[in-house]
Amino acid sequence: MGQAFSLSATRVAMVKALAGQETSLRYLPKSDSERQQMLEACGVSSPDDLFAHLPAEVRLARPLGLEPGKSEYEVLEYFRARGAENGCGYASFLGAGAYYHYRPVLVDAVASRGEFLTSYTPYQAEISQGTLTAIFEFQTMLCQLTGMDVANASMYDGSTAVPEAALMAARITGRTGVVAARALHPEYRAVLATYSRNRALAVEEFGYASDTGRLDLDELERKVTDQTAAVIIQSPNFFGVIEDVPAAAEIAHGRGALLIDVFTEAVSLGLLAPPTEADIVAGELQSFAVAPNYGGPYAGALATKERYMRQLPGRLAGKTRDARGNRAFCLTLAAREQHIRREKATSNICTNQALIALMATVFMTVYGKRGLRELAEQNLAKAHYLAARLPRRFSGPFFNEFVVQTGRRCPEAVNQALLERKIIGGLPLGRFYPELANSMLLAVTEMSRREVMDAVAEVLRNE
Amino acid sequence: MSDGIRKARTHVSQDEPLLFELSSPGKKAYQLPALDVPAVDPAAVLGAGNVRAEIAGFPEVSEVEIVRHFTRLATWNYAIDLGMYPLGSCTMKYNPRLNELAASVEGLASAHPYQPEALAQGALEIMAQLEAALAEITGLDAVTLQPAAGAHGELTGILLIRAYLEARGNPRRKILIPDSAHGTNPATAATAGYAVETIRSNERGMIDLDNLPRILDDGVAALMLTNPNTLGVFEENICRIAEVLHARGALLYLDGANMNALVGISRPGDTGVDVMHLNLHKTFSTPHGGGGPGSGPVAVKKHLEPFLPVPRLKRAGAAWTFDYDRPQSIGRVRAFYGNFAVLVRALAYILACGAEGLRSATLDAVLNANYIRQALLPYYELPHQAPTMHECVFSDARQARRGVRTGDIAKRLIDYGFHPYTVSFPLIVSGAMMIEPTETESKRELDLFIDALISIAREVEENPELVLKAPHNTRTARVDEVTAARKPVLRWRPPAG
Repeated sequence: MGQAFSLSATRVAMVKALAGQETSLRYLPKSDSERQQMLEACGVSSPDDLFAHLPAEVRLARPLGLEPGKSEYEVLEYFRARGAENGCGYASFLGAGAYYHYRPVLVDAVASRGEFLTSYTPYQAEISQGTLTAIFEFQTMLCQLTGMDVANASMYDGSTAVPEAALMAARITGRTGVVAARALHPEYRAVLATYSRNRALAVEEFGYASDTGRLDLDELERKVTDQTAAVIIQSPNFFGVIEDVPAAAEIAHGRGALLIDVFTEAVSLGLLAPPTEADIVAGELQSFAVAPNYGGPYAGALATKERYMRQLPGRLAGKTRDARGNRAFCLTLAAREQHIRREKATSNICTNQALIALMATVFMTVYGKRGLRELAEQNLAKAHYLAARLPRRFSGPFFNEFVVQTGRRCPEAVNQALLERKIIGGLPLGRFYPELANSMLLAVTEMSRREVMDAVAEVLRNE
Repeated sequence: MSDGIRKARTHVSQDEPLLFELSSPGKKAYQLPALDVPAVDPAAVLGAGNVRAEIAGFPEVSEVEIVRHFTRLATWNYAIDLGMYPLGSCTMKYNPRLNELAASVEGLASAHPYQPEALAQGALEIMAQLEAALAEITGLDAVTLQPAAGAHGELTGILLIRAYLEARGNPRRKILIPDSAHGTNPATAATAGYAVETIRSNERGMIDLDNLPRILDDGVAALMLTNPNTLGVFEENICRIAEVLHARGALLYLDGANMNALVGISRPGDTGVDVMHLNLHKTFSTPHGGGGPGSGPVAVKKHLEPFLPVPRLKRAGAAWTFDYDRPQSIGRVRAFYGNFAVLVRALAYILACGAEGLRSATLDAVLNANYIRQALLPYYELPHQAPTMHECVFSDARQARRGVRTGDIAKRLIDYGFHPYTVSFPLIVSGAMMIEPTETESKRELDLFIDALISIAREVEENPELVLKAPHNTRTARVDEVTAARKPVLRWRPPAG
């Protein structure tokens, strides 16, 4: 007791001794004497005088109830401890909108450059050509991948790109409803519901065939009316099954509706036929070198046909010339946007996800034309290797995700058994699809090792 | 060019073609590990119709060329790391590198949004800590971290107001928005299904309290207020405004874009605000990244808490869990839980600053803006005389007489080594020059900025052409934005023939 007291007394003395050195925040670049000179220039004697005009009733009369500022070391230790609580060293088979792909080292080397990291939205084109050029390259590569004519500079993420695409279709067609596949990511459908609720945009859903896991085209046929602005599908869908995009397009177009095709696994674009029959393509680019980050930040893709260009929401970079006649880029078609149009804008969106789009651009460049194909083929081969050893729920063609039935035990129990082998299993589907309560969604990427897949197969087969 | 330019000088800058022009068949920058399972024939397992042809036009470039390409592009950008970025209402402050390291920590960057909650307790704890810190800073009761950006937070906030009023029987029709507001405010109100009624500011740039009761009818759902407003002026009557609104059953929404003027000094929740959004990429130092990612948490009073997006964090014994059973919730505004890695950065900043550091940052931000105002007063017109908080708004009225407008002065600032201030906004000031220095500028940088604007004012008198044709020293001269919009070219295509 006595010793403890004396220790803490020493500590108090130390804190007092240090106090003189700790009065100012290290992020503030001024000495006290500089501050004093500036206050004098403003004709006041203390910083508080600058707030003298605030009525007493709005002033906070006490310090904020937060801890004192911490050193770099302490802050870093705090986050390392939190990271350790998140379970490190597991192999994972989770996908469902966020995938474990390898992140080439050039991605962070480029994205951590201060000129990209710490710049603002490139309104001032003369000193933003780096960001603008990269966005122009990004837009071009997304067009090449999706078969669309024009892509914007990116959206918040895949989930918010979907309602933006739906509202865009409503503006184009002047119609008031959308029909969305139940095999569209459930959280994307939830976001669509939130956005559409107050916009006089009715959302109807249609199902999937219980054997193949593909669109129920008969139900779609029944649900599309001449008030349908768009049919929204996802391919590969939430179950990993590749949809018949041309068939969905035919049904939509037959009633004058647009087709919106959504993707969550961008690597699939390296191998699968581009959805050229769609009118709008919306998707999630996390697979292109964006860390899973517990759900964000990611970047959304939004691309369309030339004739709908002026209805695209979000930022667009365009090619032009400068006063000396040199090629230059700038943000363009701002007449669609909130800072010009205010309440008549196509969307309230202000930003793209420039830094994330830059990561995706570096990723696409590192792999390039052949590499992206090769990467996608590895995903395909590995997914098919594991799937061949498990009871698949759906028979439709799949890329790198698939649904398996877990047999007698529930998916959660299977996952518990996998966790004991340092493996995070698939996503139990009952939460989103009650009819699939005995199923889980597994994702396999180029990062999935054969021996780990063998272990998964062994655990699942023993159920 | 001018003796007055002290911060910048011209230097050689590398030219660089587009990636597609660097491409040559067979060049590569990747190598995949050997496949440890049998290869499959895509056409055989997927059907030939599901397999694509090669990606026409997609680049093939070597590793060193990729590094040089993006490094050369980087040198064409201005950035906080290069100097002051005085964009009004954008709060372009220094982005501590510690934040970046914190976000890349193992177990955080690698966490999957669907990993079991038992293996996500560190992530949930970070979110809970940040929610608590933001609630304390704003004086509000509950916080959602789900919105991905400021405008997204605004939309969430207005949907919350709508849901709250709906639950009381009538969502009402319209939102009041001052004429000084940012364009996102009316765009957001429209996105949430409301009509917009613009209300005029008085001669001091504030809401006219006497006029407010006259335009307040039962159709008004809320007033969207920015405080300090876009003139950098604190709405001194904010408590009265809130009372008047509440008496008519309407709510007060605060656009937190300018929260950098208030942290540790005044809490919106204590002044009658019902709901507000924050911009973590402004007030809480997370980088803008050339236009995102940001993060726009929304803070609310208790009566709005049941309507917050799902899921909500809650305690389950010693652990954190997500609560999805929220029948009155507006639903989801985004998949998963928000821009988590941005949240990590913001919490790293709050932990590094602490209560005292956050408050001193506010003091310095306001001091810097007042210092600039005082120094430039003899040279530029100050249309509104009310006390300045974190930003000041001049106008080009004097320079316009010589045919030089705010946009021209802004472009000339580039020659002096600075990013322009915000041009032509707010709309209530003709020829606005909106300057927000933030707290992270040194006295030397501020003095150079002031000298630059004084020098430009002199140039306007002596040689207006010099300013009208600026910038002169940049790699790229003034860009033809009109042609870009008239004949949009939004992607590269291979040259014909």
